[in-house]
Amino acid sequence: MENPRHWRLNKQRYALVGEVCPHCEAKIFPPRDVCPECGGEAKNRFGFSGKGKVFSYTIMRDAPAGYEHNTPYTVAIVALDEGPMVTAQLTDLGSEKVEIGMPVEMVTRKIREDVEKKGMIIYGYKFRPVMQG
Amino acid sequence: MTDVVVAGIGQIPVGDHYSLSLRSMGVQALNKALHDSGDLKPDALYIGNLLGSTLSHQANLGALFTDYARLGHIEAYTTEAAGASGAAALRVAYLAILSGYADTVAVLGVEKWSDVTREEADALLSQELDYDYEAIPGLNSAGEAGLLMQRYLYEYNLPKDALAGFPIQAHANALNNPNALLRKSLTAETYASAPMLSDPLNLYDGAAYADGAAALILTRRELLPKNFPHPIVRLLGSSVSVDALSLHDRRDPLAFNAVKTAVESAALQAGIMPVYTDVFELDDSFSIYAALTLEACGFAEKGTAWQMARDGLLAPGAKLPAMTMGGCKARGNPIGAKGVYQAVEAVQQLRGAAGPNQVKNARIALTLALGGPASTAIAHVFDRVETR
Repeated sequence: MENPRHWRLNKQRYALVGEVCPHCEAKIFPPRDVCPECGGEAKNRFGFSGKGKVFSYTIMRDAPAGYEHNTPYTVAIVALDEGPMVTAQLTDLGSEKVEIGMPVEMVTRKIREDVEKKGMIIYGYKFRPVMQG
Repeated sequence: MTDVVVAGIGQIPVGDHYSLSLRSMGVQALNKALHDSGDLKPDALYIGNLLGSTLSHQANLGALFTDYARLGHIEAYTTEAAGASGAAALRVAYLAILSGYADTVAVLGVEKWSDVTREEADALLSQELDYDYEAIPGLNSAGEAGLLMQRYLYEYNLPKDALAGFPIQAHANALNNPNALLRKSLTAETYASAPMLSDPLNLYDGAAYADGAAALILTRRELLPKNFPHPIVRLLGSSVSVDALSLHDRRDPLAFNAVKTAVESAALQAGIMPVYTDVFELDDSFSIYAALTLEACGFAEKGTAWQMARDGLLAPGAKLPAMTMGGCKARGNPIGAKGVYQAVEAVQQLRGAAGPNQVKNARIALTLALGGPASTAIAHVFDRVETR
């Protein structure tokens, strides 16, 4: 059981809450309290729009314990519109072929099964293709 | 400054050693290296290991191995740098001798992988990644490599079999290494029809993980036993460099900046240019890591390293002999022990004791071990002392 470990990341996992640097305006995700761009203290919260583009992606066919029921699944590095990149699964793909540069948006989904059979299912961000039209 | 020399080397075959424990594998490798050194007496032992404390439920390896190898109550502890743990132990040993603190030091790289299921072991290995922000979303080490390979093929507009040359060369070399895990050749056809692991990365783009143990004995040159039977191999340079832990936190994930810095710094200490190396034991845990490494070091222009492998330039008799005993791909990837295997193989080459894969007149060897996708990079430079 690792309840505190997962609970304290809820704001990041459910709402992509990061930080904005008061000195250089850089947007930061995940929060790290020190701006990676200018080195200044950065503790001001910032909610990301959840919109971005696929920088790269891979299809996981051989997953670690806790993810094997879901294979194959697609993991991408998503470049958020505000600047930083995040690693996340892509979902709701249907028959759509994933491509680098494809616009995506954040949704909340189940991330990991109950690995230790103790009632601990992890939810968090995934990204889906932006609805066209 | 004192010359730090490699007096002894030892290794057990990389494989699924169901009948051997973590401790017996390590002791076997240590005993081989001690014997090879002419029974020098180490006054310190540094151990490279990643998974002992989780997979084997065994930490405190310094006390374990000094006891079971009967080394006495000498200084001993583990260094952890993910897949570069063994190379980190080698660096600590080098620094201990250079500082004057120690005279003779044993280095052990040891990893037990096969005691649990592959899915369980893989989940533990995900410690190499950013656990909260890469592993929890469902990525593993092969997935990271798949992300890099996808981007590489996209940026340089390459076909999905572009990297085939790396595993083909590694398998060809392993045929002649009795300590290798996969002693069979690989054809372009087999590669092209292999199942996907993390698209576009296929089964042959990822080195198989396995158990392994390798050891080195370092000492000062003047402390070598009389009638030391081997050509003398010196350790001339050692460098560690790091990058952001997560791929997504790097401005250019294809740059492998830590590799560039570590290799250039180790070469500078050794007083050589990296291009003068005769043997390059690079880290081909994944084919794409080998390609990005050659490009980061300046051996190839960006987007072209795959051509070196395709054109056979990495073969033992060619321009830049690499993975000469099979690399991670075909010797096998014993994770935290990898960096010590690489050093053992470099010494085999410089001693002229590499068998059919011997690089003729090898004088300078470079080793590079990676922790994660070059989140940590550790480089070492060795040379053979010319004797008249």
